[in-house]
Amino acid sequence: MSQTKKELLVDPLVDNNPITLQVLGICSALAVTSSLQVSMVMALAVIFVTSFSSFFISCLRNQIPGSIRIIVQMVIIASLVILVDQILKAYAFEISKTLSVFVGLIITNCIVMGRAEAFAMKNPPVASFIDGMGNGMGYGLILLLVGFIRELFGAGSLFGVTILETVNNGGWYVPNGMLLLPPSAFFIIGLIIWAFRTWKPSQVEDREYKIQQAEAH
Amino acid sequence: MEGLISLAVKAIFVENLALSFFLGMCTFIAVSKKISTALGLGISVMVVQAITVPTNNLLLTYLLKPGALAWAGFPDVDLTFLGLISYIGVIAAMVQILEMILDKYFPPLYNALGIFLPLITVNCAILGGSLFMVERDYNFAEATTYGLSSGFGWALAITAMAGVREKLKYSDIPDGLQGLGITFITAGLMAMAFMSFSGVKL
Repeated sequence: MSQTKKELLVDPLVDNNPITLQVLGICSALAVTSSLQVSMVMALAVIFVTSFSSFFISCLRNQIPGSIRIIVQMVIIASLVILVDQILKAYAFEISKTLSVFVGLIITNCIVMGRAEAFAMKNPPVASFIDGMGNGMGYGLILLLVGFIRELFGAGSLFGVTILETVNNGGWYVPNGMLLLPPSAFFIIGLIIWAFRTWKPSQVEDREYKIQQAEAH
Repeated sequence: MEGLISLAVKAIFVENLALSFFLGMCTFIAVSKKISTALGLGISVMVVQAITVPTNNLLLTYLLKPGALAWAGFPDVDLTFLGLISYIGVIAAMVQILEMILDKYFPPLYNALGIFLPLITVNCAILGGSLFMVERDYNFAEATTYGLSSGFGWALAITAMAGVREKLKYSDIPDGLQGLGITFITAGLMAMAFMSFSGVKL
């Protein structure tokens, strides 16, 4: 083992974040980040699914034939997602309504498949579990960050509790309605990526075309 | 018929899977560097979407819905909780079959689309389409229309995105925004443009 368990857990948070660096798993969840509470539930659901799917797939890794591995992984992931979906429907019906199809879409979330394929198929169960959890957390971190910005500035509240009193309720804050609409999530993530890469310049992508520098006169 | 056309317009423009629901984003970002590949992927998504959504609709109506198993003598059985696993199974199977048919009968098309087909199984746009079909309770005709038009909308979005990115690579972008960052912001601007369609009804 070249990486210690702590590294497995902490590494995907910033240095190797699944969203900002590996471009995985942006699919299913950006539409749910308009409020912090929903983002939180979604983040927890993804952490649960990635860690346990990695764990189970890793337990079975020596038994799964290579040619049908994708479908076996799918079945394991889908079963876990069904579990999450049923639990949410039973205990948090309102939230499960808001999340609508996006809980189901955790199945096709590339983080889950990506970790199963890239890590869990080659490593022992406990390490895979931690790796899955770390990646889920890296994903959750971005989700919460986006949810925080969108709910605070879009609706003036956090977790449904009013922080900035909006004009409609007699306060002073004019909410930015744009932030509650889908396009804002793209901008916020674009800016988060910019911030991350300014902080860690090693993540900057190379230019495809260099712009010719003007010669000094 | 009118209802179907309006549904199609809504699925292509107003509720574009890529730009207003963020579905299929991973592939949307990763494969939109060149127009030709983006177009190939877009067409494959459209084909798979047009097949899987109606198929899943049949599956739902005749096997999973409460009371759907009445024909087999089980009127009280409700299997909707098995939905997710069966839809993804259908999608994986359909993609596999499509791949084999293309390989056997249309080799040029297979060579053009071949690399994208496995990617499509895990494309959220496909599963998302089926799940929206379930949530909105479409009948078979609506499901077919929805599948085709939402796939078309996705193809339109990714091709347009590739067009923008082909030009964008010549521009002078700050280092940290290079690549992924600017792509997200472009997608955001496109999503805003697509939002101007909202309210359009036929």
